[in-house]
Amino acid sequence: MSAKQDRRDKIASRAVQVGFLVALMGFWYFATAYWGVNRLLLPNPLNVWQELKDVLGSGEYLPDLKVTLTEVAVAFAISCSTGVTLGYLISRSQFLIKVFEPLLAGFYSVPIILFLPLYVLFFGLGEGSKIALGTTISFFPIVLNTIAGFGYVDRIFITAARSMGASDVQMFRYVLLPAAFPVILTGLRIGFTVTLLSILGSETLASLAGLGHKIVHLAEAMETARMFAYIAFVVVIAAFLNSVVSSVERRANRR
Amino acid sequence: MTAGDAAIRIRDVSHEFGEPGDAQFVLALSHTSLDIERGELLCLIGPSGCGKSTLLNMIGGLLTPTTGNVEVHGKPVRAPLPRDIAFVFQENALFPWCTIIENVKLGMVFQGVPKSEQEPRARKALEAVGLKDFMGHYPAQLSGGMRQRAALARALSLETGTLLMDEPFGALDEQTRMILGEDLSVLLSRSEKTIVFVTHSLGEAVFLADRVAVFSARPGRIKEIIEIDEPHPRSPSFVTTEKFSRLRNTLYGLLHDEIRKAVEQSATAVPQP
Repeated sequence: MSAKQDRRDKIASRAVQVGFLVALMGFWYFATAYWGVNRLLLPNPLNVWQELKDVLGSGEYLPDLKVTLTEVAVAFAISCSTGVTLGYLISRSQFLIKVFEPLLAGFYSVPIILFLPLYVLFFGLGEGSKIALGTTISFFPIVLNTIAGFGYVDRIFITAARSMGASDVQMFRYVLLPAAFPVILTGLRIGFTVTLLSILGSETLASLAGLGHKIVHLAEAMETARMFAYIAFVVVIAAFLNSVVSSVERRANRR
Repeated sequence: MTAGDAAIRIRDVSHEFGEPGDAQFVLALSHTSLDIERGELLCLIGPSGCGKSTLLNMIGGLLTPTTGNVEVHGKPVRAPLPRDIAFVFQENALFPWCTIIENVKLGMVFQGVPKSEQEPRARKALEAVGLKDFMGHYPAQLSGGMRQRAALARALSLETGTLLMDEPFGALDEQTRMILGEDLSVLLSRSEKTIVFVTHSLGEAVFLADRVAVFSARPGRIKEIIEIDEPHPRSPSFVTTEKFSRLRNTLYGLLHDEIRKAVEQSATAVPQP
């Protein structure tokens, strides 16, 4: 009975969500087609759709997409490997946790985007400064969650495994890792999201290539319809990548 | 009983937490000696903080005594002896990321049981505690009583000579405790295991034990040892006999003053400014 009710609630909320999006698109369409909103500021959705088809059909987006995805992949790979390794090493000692956890949490609250000008000086306008920024921003949630994951495993699990004769390797493989894994994974998901955000954002501020760069370029050329097409493209890619990461996290947490 | 029969020999064992003179200093257990016979079930009972769990952890090699020593089957205990001693803890010590049968098998992986023996031994142990139909469940899907049965199965599957149980039913409701106690009595009467069982419950101690060691308030010492000469497995009707009541009352008399002392200790142990 209540399962049926749940299903009905879910269908109803989905219907309202879809209805809202349709209404928003309709509002956008009428505002630009009939109500005299300046098309240079807000293009008509049909024009955007045309531009999007052109962008996708011509493959024009490929070089910029490659730049952005490479930056994200390299930055995320660096922050994952360093964040998880350092987090694990710190978590091995209560003293180190006491020293570094507040320190890292403090750094985490610094708006690291402010370092972008410095990174541009250090690494130039190209991919280097984007990778440096994406790495720095995602390092903190990853290292902090790794410390939390490995550092606060319930003592009783460790004691129980020890009483049954677990070796150090077995303790890591069968107790510490599975206990810490969901917490670490949350760190990785947050890390991935902020990597993507910060790299796209920094491309719009100072860059030579990438999807963010392309969007700013089109805005400056007043090609707003094409700019909107690129924004829609980036939104779809970001939503896809984030949903992949979230589904990996959900699958790992199912028990 | 000759000294040679003792499965576990405890000699002049003390345990201190912290350094003497420190505000945190606690003498949990003071110069305790005890022999535990092969195949007997000994209950440790006493007020909170009397060191009974501390003693259990020292027998199991999870804590090192400050003075004295513990021997299990003639071997001095310096670290956990997974081939000789298995634990059942009060809290839920099953790994929540493993199913029930995986939990049981993991214990054997740690202990070093050959892979081919793990599955049949795990099944046998789970059948013995009545969890045959729940092997594929995760601990979170079971009730507290069933989780403790699973923890018991994990300990039994290790086939150790000694079983140490630290208030294994402490977190359960009265009725579940009673049923688990009865089942445990049946299960253990078939085994030759030496069992040390920490409890707060007078009834549980009388129902399960061959001997009950009553602890004094902190610093804990063994105040008296009571024999319960009733054959195993004990029938549920043992609880209603006059003998049961008499033994329970004896324990109550021994414990009452100690519990009051312990309560007063903790009331006066307000931290100094």
